[in-house]
Amino acid sequence: MSTVDARLSVFKTYKLYVGGKFPRSESGRVYEVTDGKGNWLANAPLSSRKDARDAVVAARKAFGGWSGATAYNRGQILYRVAEMLEGRRDQFIAEVADAEGRSKSKATAQVDAAIDRWVWYAGWSDKVAQIAGGANPVAGPYFNLSAPEPTGVVAALAPQESSFLGLVSVIAPAVVTGNTVVVVASENSPLPALSLGEVLATSDLPGGVVNVLSGRTAEIAAPLAAHQDVSALDLAGADAGLAKELETAAADNLKRVLRPRAEDWSADPGTDRLLAFLETKTVWHPMGV
Amino acid sequence: MTFDYAPAPESRSVVDIAPSYGLFIDGEFAPAADGKVFKTVSPSSEEVLSEVAQATSDDVDRAVKAARKAFEKWSALPGAERAKYLFRIARIIQERSRELAVLESLDNGKPIRESRDADLPLVAAHFFYYAGWADKLDHAGYGPNPRPLGVAGQVIPWNFPLLMLAWKIAPALATGNTVVLKPAETTPLSALFFADVCRQAGLPKGVVNILTGDGSTGAALVAHPDVNKVAFTGSTEVGKAIARTVAGTDKKLTLELGGKAANIVFDDAPIDQAVEGIVNGIFFNQGHVCCAGSRLLVQESVQDELLDALKRRMQTLRVGDPLDKNTDVGAINSAEQLARITELADAGEAEGAERWAPACELPSSGYWFAPTLFTGVTQAHRIAREEIFGPVLSVLTFRTPAEAVEKANNTPYGLSAGIWTEKGSRILWMANKLRAGVIWSNTFNKFDPASPFGGYKESGFGREGGRHGLEAYLAPSNPKGERR
Repeated sequence: MSTVDARLSVFKTYKLYVGGKFPRSESGRVYEVTDGKGNWLANAPLSSRKDARDAVVAARKAFGGWSGATAYNRGQILYRVAEMLEGRRDQFIAEVADAEGRSKSKATAQVDAAIDRWVWYAGWSDKVAQIAGGANPVAGPYFNLSAPEPTGVVAALAPQESSFLGLVSVIAPAVVTGNTVVVVASENSPLPALSLGEVLATSDLPGGVVNVLSGRTAEIAAPLAAHQDVSALDLAGADAGLAKELETAAADNLKRVLRPRAEDWSADPGTDRLLAFLETKTVWHPMGV
Repeated sequence: MTFDYAPAPESRSVVDIAPSYGLFIDGEFAPAADGKVFKTVSPSSEEVLSEVAQATSDDVDRAVKAARKAFEKWSALPGAERAKYLFRIARIIQERSRELAVLESLDNGKPIRESRDADLPLVAAHFFYYAGWADKLDHAGYGPNPRPLGVAGQVIPWNFPLLMLAWKIAPALATGNTVVLKPAETTPLSALFFADVCRQAGLPKGVVNILTGDGSTGAALVAHPDVNKVAFTGSTEVGKAIARTVAGTDKKLTLELGGKAANIVFDDAPIDQAVEGIVNGIFFNQGHVCCAGSRLLVQESVQDELLDALKRRMQTLRVGDPLDKNTDVGAINSAEQLARITELADAGEAEGAERWAPACELPSSGYWFAPTLFTGVTQAHRIAREEIFGPVLSVLTFRTPAEAVEKANNTPYGLSAGIWTEKGSRILWMANKLRAGVIWSNTFNKFDPASPFGGYKESGFGREGGRHGLEAYLAPSNPKGERR
């Protein structure tokens, strides 16, 4: 009789998360993901240009519903993500420890901070309009109000080094305000991102609001930066050379671009990323009887 | 019944234009490094008004150096001191507003009624508004102790020369930046007069530098490695080129670009008011307005009634001498712009839309285009898709609010939109659905320094005006909440 220790484990097939579903790369390609010591962890999908375009279609399709949802509803769903993550905390600690070559205690700190980050941004959903908008005292008989609105589809390159906390730190602020996101996971450490897709799928987040791709960052980012239906780029995971190339391509339809910069992902996130992918709409209403 | 009007020209003796002007660098006027000049003409008469210097990249370098040198002291001044300089500028502009209005109408071709009643009051108000922010930046919502960026390179268009200068310079100086500004090639004079306003205000040397020139001067300015901030208002095409230029740098960029605004009239709208709004939306400033209501979307059931009233109203528009106080529509700013408007209007006809313009006599010299409207326009027509930047209105129809939204948003632009209806809930629903930065309900083309202005999509990014306008000139905070 075999012992528990001797049981042969069931491996997980890591898949993309696009439009609320878990497809493999349409290209049929995968690449080997290893831990810090070079040990094989899994095969991850090696996304193609076509996968990137499919993800943009899914994100655009989801934009109307998600941006039109009430802020209260979006906040509750982000909080639900935190609840679901809490339940799978051990899994993510193990994945982050493997992915980033961290000790269990350091990986725990990363995962806990990531869960707390969902909670932090969840609370912003119905407050951001009050800090980013307001009434403007114009010199005339008008009620003039500025309010923030989501930019649209944000293509985000997740940070390369911080495979989970960094990832959450770029996704959550973009979606809480009503944007939809196509995120390219850390190239060498994509597994926590792909697992996050499973959490998002069970958190009442409508399909297509967040789409997760894995593969070669530069290969996937190029079609995203050139895509006419992508509204903004978060270049957190791009090096200087790639960032310049992508920003140049993004000029073609004037995507909003958040350039890469030195970040301490465990620091207080502030409101910079929250406000980065918002448009200000100002409406003039005449007053009179 | 028709009214005859006797000519009522504003006197141009109030403005004294010198035969030539140099570049305003470090508080002094100086010729361009290679001595090149170009002429600026009055578009209503083709009369040469003056000669101005064509700044070279060496001049750009000199101006940026002057601005850099001035930055240290200017940014270190207490906000209250910067505020006082800006209040002085606002007051001097108010004092000299007659002179500047006449100058603007001469150089730009816009009616004196507009330069006097719209441009100049808004210019003064803009400086007054941002003056008040200079010592209150800690309370603006951009973190504690917000920092300026450094040297701002600013390139502005010819449609509202002095107003666009105010939109650029006032927030830049209030936040502690110094500026190098390039006015448009065809309208350099009011910016050069503004240099004199700075002199009268005692503004420290190098805080404001004015470089006249063409597109090559602007390109050199935005590409200069020691510029920290680029602000541009103009065409989407040039805006994209600038975005490519600054890619990969640390330069902060804001762009205010083209538009193809929908002005949407529902069947319950007060027709006479809507007609005034439509006329104001597209014929104000000869249609040389990035947020012009150039696409009229009218609900099918009131199309005939509305178009009859609109045509009647257009027949009363007076086109002619910009300095005449009765003029409604002035001169097209340049021969080049006239050619573009003519080409697009011809394309409208060629593509099958029906062209109509009131009978109106146009002056024999200068650049003129009669107020024109096209009916039977489809969304595929060039005149429904491309920015004409002239007094040309394209009329389309719709049946349901959803169709109106669909058509209004069917453009790569997203600067402004207008909604005409008596139903309040419909206004709010429409305003919510329209993807544009400024929405006017039952009004159009209203501007105020307290009201943020700027676009969605390919109309650019960043806002000018209001608290939001400060952000364009402040350094981003890092995650720890400190400013770099």
